[in-house]
Parts: sequence; C-alpha cells; structure tokens
Amino acid sequence: MVHYLDHAASTPVCPAAVSAMTEVLTEGFGNPSGSHRLAREANRRLDAARASIADGFGFAPGNIVFTSGGTEADSMAVHGSLRRAERRRPDRRPQLVCSAIEHHAVLDPVVGHGGTTIGVTVDGVLDLGHLHTVLGHLADADAPVGLVSVMAANNETGVVQPVAEAAAITRDLAPDALFHTDAVQFGAWHDTAELADVVDLMSVSAHKLGGPKGVGFLAVADGVELPAQQIGGGQERGRRGGTQNVPGIMAMAAAVDTMVAERDAQATRVRALRDEMVERILASVEGIVVTGRSGPRLPNIAHICFAGVESEALLFLLEKDDVMASAASSCASGAQQASHVLAAMGVPDALARGSVRFSLGYTSTPDDVDAAVDAALGAVLRIRDRG
Amino acid sequence: MQRWTQRSVPCCGFAIVAEVLVAMSGGVDSSVAAALLVDAGHQVTGVTLKLWGGETDSGCCSVSDVDDARWVAHALGIEHHVFNLGNEFNEHVVDRYVTDHARGLNPNPCIECNRHIKFGKLLDRADLLGFDQIATGHHAGVTDAGDRLYLTRGADRAKDQSYVLHMLGQRQLRRLRLPVGSMTKADVRRIASERGLLTAEKPDSQDVCFIHSKGGRKSFLGDRIPLTSGTIVDGSGEQVGTIESVELVTIGQRRGLDVGGNPGRRYVTGIDRSANIVTLGERSGSMRDRVRIGELVWSQDPVSGQVQAQFSAHGSTHGGVLSSPTDGEAILRWDTPQVAVAPGQSVVFYDGDRVLGGGIAG
Repeated sequence: MVHYLDHAASTPVCPAAVSAMTEVLTEGFGNPSGSHRLAREANRRLDAARASIADGFGFAPGNIVFTSGGTEADSMAVHGSLRRAERRRPDRRPQLVCSAIEHHAVLDPVVGHGGTTIGVTVDGVLDLGHLHTVLGHLADADAPVGLVSVMAANNETGVVQPVAEAAAITRDLAPDALFHTDAVQFGAWHDTAELADVVDLMSVSAHKLGGPKGVGFLAVADGVELPAQQIGGGQERGRRGGTQNVPGIMAMAAAVDTMVAERDAQATRVRALRDEMVERILASVEGIVVTGRSGPRLPNIAHICFAGVESEALLFLLEKDDVMASAASSCASGAQQASHVLAAMGVPDALARGSVRFSLGYTSTPDDVDAAVDAALGAVLRIRDRG
Repeated sequence: MQRWTQRSVPCCGFAIVAEVLVAMSGGVDSSVAAALLVDAGHQVTGVTLKLWGGETDSGCCSVSDVDDARWVAHALGIEHHVFNLGNEFNEHVVDRYVTDHARGLNPNPCIECNRHIKFGKLLDRADLLGFDQIATGHHAGVTDAGDRLYLTRGADRAKDQSYVLHMLGQRQLRRLRLPVGSMTKADVRRIASERGLLTAEKPDSQDVCFIHSKGGRKSFLGDRIPLTSGTIVDGSGEQVGTIESVELVTIGQRRGLDVGGNPGRRYVTGIDRSANIVTLGERSGSMRDRVRIGELVWSQDPVSGQVQAQFSAHGSTHGGVLSSPTDGEAILRWDTPQVAVAPGQSVVFYDGDRVLGGGIAG
C-alpha cells in the first residue's frame, strides 16, 4: 500500500472531478467559441464552471482568466504587469518586486528582469520592514513599480505570508503597481475571499486541490487592464487566446466545489494528523528542526530538516517503505537541488541538505502517519548509523 | 559486509541474484551494462549522477543525457533515479582540476571522479540504500583470483579504461560489476542497436566533461583563477617567445605555442610557476630514467620490483623496477629511458592485464 504524503506536489484527482471531466470528454466536446448548439452547450458549461470557481475563491466570474495552470498564471501576472507598466510610463523601466521565497514561476521572471527580492525572517515569513524600505526607495527615486508579488503560503515550508499587510504597504508606497499573490498552495486550505478584496491578481492551480494537471486560473480584479501574453482567438475576454481546456476546467470546478464544501473539516482533520506526525518524529529522533513551526502554517505541510542526513538518501529509503514524500525542489533533470527558500531563511546548508517535505491531503489517514513516522525513524537511524 | 544474496528466480531454480545499482550516464556503454544485468536476472535500478551544469546546459550531465538514461531505464523496465552529487564533484574534481592547472600540474579529472564520486560517494550511497553491488559501463574487468580480486584490462584494448579505474581496491572491486568490459565497443553498439536503445549511436564522451566547447579551458579557468602571462624558453634558457596564460599550458603540449618560426619537434618539458617560465625541449632531451610517484594506491598489497607501467589513458606500457614504497611514495626506474612523465599525471602499474595499483607523478 502506498502512503502518499506529497499532496503539495499534486493531489489525487477527486471522484467528482473525474466524472465531470469524463462527461465532457465523452459528450460535451463542442468548442465553446462556436455558434451551433454543441458549441453553445460547451459555452454554457464553461460559464457555469467559471461562476462556480469564481464564487469558491471570492471573485466574480468576469475576474477569472483560465490558464494551463499555476505557472502560466504566475507568468501572465509578471509579464502582463510589466507590459502594463511599460505602457503607462514608456520613459521609465518598470521595477518588479517579489519575495525571495516565491515559486520559480514568479521568481525566475522577476529576477531575470533585474527585479528586487524581499527577504524573509528565520521563520520563513516575509520581512514587511524590508518591503517597506525597498518600495520607499523606489518611490523616492520616482521609479515606477510594475508588480509586487507575495505568495499566500509557501509551497516548501507551508508558512502563511502576511499578504494583506504587504498589499497595504504596496498601495501606500507604490499605488500604480499591481499586487499579485500566488495562492496555489493556500487556496486549497483557506478561504481566499479576504485576499480577493486586497489583491489585483491571484494564481490558482487545479491539481493542488483535487483537480487535474494542466488547468488553473489567474483572477484579475475589476478595473485591472492586464495585457494578454498569448493572443489570437480573443478568448477569456481577449486576456488569453486559445480554446479553453473545457474538460480540465469542468473538472477543476467540480474539485473546487468539493474542496470548498469540505475545506474546514478537512483542514481540522489534516492539521491534527500532521501535528501528531510531527510530534511523534520529534519525540523519537534527535537533531531535527521543524521549519516555520512558530507561526501560521498550512495545515497539511510538515517541513523537517534532519541534521546529518542527505534528503536524496532519506527519500529513497522512505520510498522503499512505500512512503512518498519530497525534498525542496527538483530541477528539470529530476535531481534534487538546493532550496532557495531555506537559503533565504538562513538555514545552514548542512541542515538544508537534509530537508524533507511531508504534505498531507484529503486522502490521508492515520495509517499514512504511522507509516511515515516508522519509515522516517528507520531511515534516519540507518543513515546516521552508516554516515 | 554485504554479500550477494541468494534469491529464487522464476524458471531458473536458485541462482545468484544481486540488487545492483547501475550508474547510467545516458551513454551507450552504461545502457548496455544495465540491459545485460537485467538479462542476467538481477534486480537492477538505474541512477544518473547530476554532477555539473545548469538545467539547460548542453555539456555533461545535461537534461538530455538524464532523459536518455531514463528512457533506456524505462525501456528495460527498471526504476531510474537521479542523484545530485554536484557539491562533491565540485570539491573533489573541479577544484582539484583548477588547482592542478594553477600549480603547473597535469590534472586527471576522470581519475579523481572515479576515486571520489563513482567509487566513493556513489558506492557509499549504494551501501546505505541496501544495494549489493554497483555497476558501470566502463571497459575493464574484475577477475576473481580466489581470495582476491583484480581489476583487468577491457577486452577491447582500444577502449580499455583500466587506467582510469586503477584506484579501485578490494572493497570496491568486491562490490563492482563491469558488464561490458568483456566486449568490444562494436559489440556494445550492436547489442544496443538490436535492442532498439536510443543511445546505440550516441558518440563517445569527451575528455573533460565539465568544460564545454564554448569558451573552452581558457574561459573555464579564467573564471576561477587569475591567468598570468609568462615567457617561453628553450633548453638553453634562451627566451624564444611569450605565453598569455601559463596556467593553460600542460607538460607535453606541442601545439598552440607562439614561439615564432617552426617549433619543430619541440614540446613543453617544464613549467616553472614561481617564475612563470615554460620550457620547450626536444624529445631526446627530456628522456628520464626514473620517475617519482606519490599518492600510491594498491589493488591488493603494495608492490615493488619489476612492473609494467602506463602513464596515459591509452598509452603503451613500459617496464621498470619499482622501489619499496615509503609514505605513499616510490621511485620507478625505467628499464629504458622514457619521455619525462608530466607532474600530476597518473602512473598505473600492471602485471600483464592485471592492474596492481598506481599513483601520481611528482
């Protein structure tokens, strides 16, 4: 039996999503941009899905721009904001600002543009003072800021970020900037309605909340003109060309419905399982650090650094015991690579090399916790014994 | 100590089956090595080492090489993992390569990689993860001589890699399988082709895998150490030219030296890093009757007396008498004078096709 503790990487697809997708694949295959009855039927489904998804995240249907997933939504936010700022101030090069712990989908284009990253505390929480200082300096220099992006919760540590506070600082010091939050992890566990009121842009991905891969959305607040990055066809009100992934979107809508209905109960249940797992590992193994334990965290992520252990070896041994977890992040080749998140937190490299993320989800059971605790103990002792 | 484990194999009664971790570079030799182990009924897992380069590089350990290895593993129906040993590679192979150049020594990156990475860190990792043995696609053999094991030359003498594996001791040899060592390269490619492995026609890897053709050695070293200019002198000490970067010169080098006119048969016979002087000489003037060898390692017990010695990866062997080693050092007296061995170059001792050990010329 497989003990799947990697929900932050991807969740199992929930039954409602499977049946919604199957129905569209087998019956409702029309192109929603067409004019005949089958096309109109597809468009009707798309409208219903859009309304349901918007409602689930605290937006209006017109705010939702469907994408191929979280990375495209993030990319659209960064590049769209950049183009928007360039149009508004053609004489000045726009500045981009994001937290140092963003997902690479945000971090790489921001850094690639020469943007500024905002540091985090040792607990992995955005340093609001640093954000204030950076935006203050940019304002003093009359440098236009195109985008400030702060993720709602970090995908490695699960630490929840002070998004509302960061948005307020941005409004105050860089009123022309767009404020974006990557809610790919956060959106699966928390009501985003309050965030929806304070951000201009929000990214969400279906496969982190019970939907399939290859679909997600960028929510664009009312009144925000975001130049399209992919044109042709005029879909999504001209904000993203290309025929919509109707099966994926229907499945995402079904997954969102299920997630919203069960979210609070699941969060309570999963948090208890996660906390028990962490307590048992802490009680049995010396030399471990649970990341971000002192502040608010997502209920499902346990990020643990094992001193004197290499996570590649630990993950291999965990898998031998049918426990599927992951380390910081993998590069395109599949190799583990150093975590920029832990580096930003100032975690020593030797400790960061032994980091493992266990992430629970709606299918997690007490059996999974038992298996993870036993496997982790056995593996860590074996590695330390022979190291 | 882990031994081979006895397990039942369907249809074959009892057979010796091992859990083998095969290092798959994405090249044809390791692809076929994995295939042969699978055919023999072993429980095989493939691993590709990520040692160098970013995500989109086109040099060694590139994403496409990892993809090739993974594709072959999937075709063979075995699991495939990627281990990132980049830190270890940087520390033990790249840093030493740079330091050796800076000191005027000839570097041996493949040998250091085998010593510290493939048969150091990877073997330790395989132990830790419960594998009985590791395997690679090297062209060399492991011969069981009763209570001891020997590393032997590969059957394809033109592809023999025993020189770069000479540091393997009993602990490593006992855990090592070299499935293609008994085959010719042509046979390896034929098997890969017959099995439809996409690596069948892949070209052989180049010498220094972490230096890309773009920029080359000069750019690589220039990014890491200051490059200093120097003078070129002939055997009498008279200046015959200048050189832009002394660190880029290696002993034995014949090309790329601006000495005006025809350099003839002269090549680099000495590098004095303290004065940044490169000395050119004729072959006849650089013959030596002995070479001092340090950092000695042995396949079994230390050896002295008459040996055959080889001092380049695909060079020929020459007879000599080795003194008794002291503090990891010995003197090899050639039977007939040989071209001076470049400081830093590995010298490997053979008895026929058997590797006895080796060290680094001082």
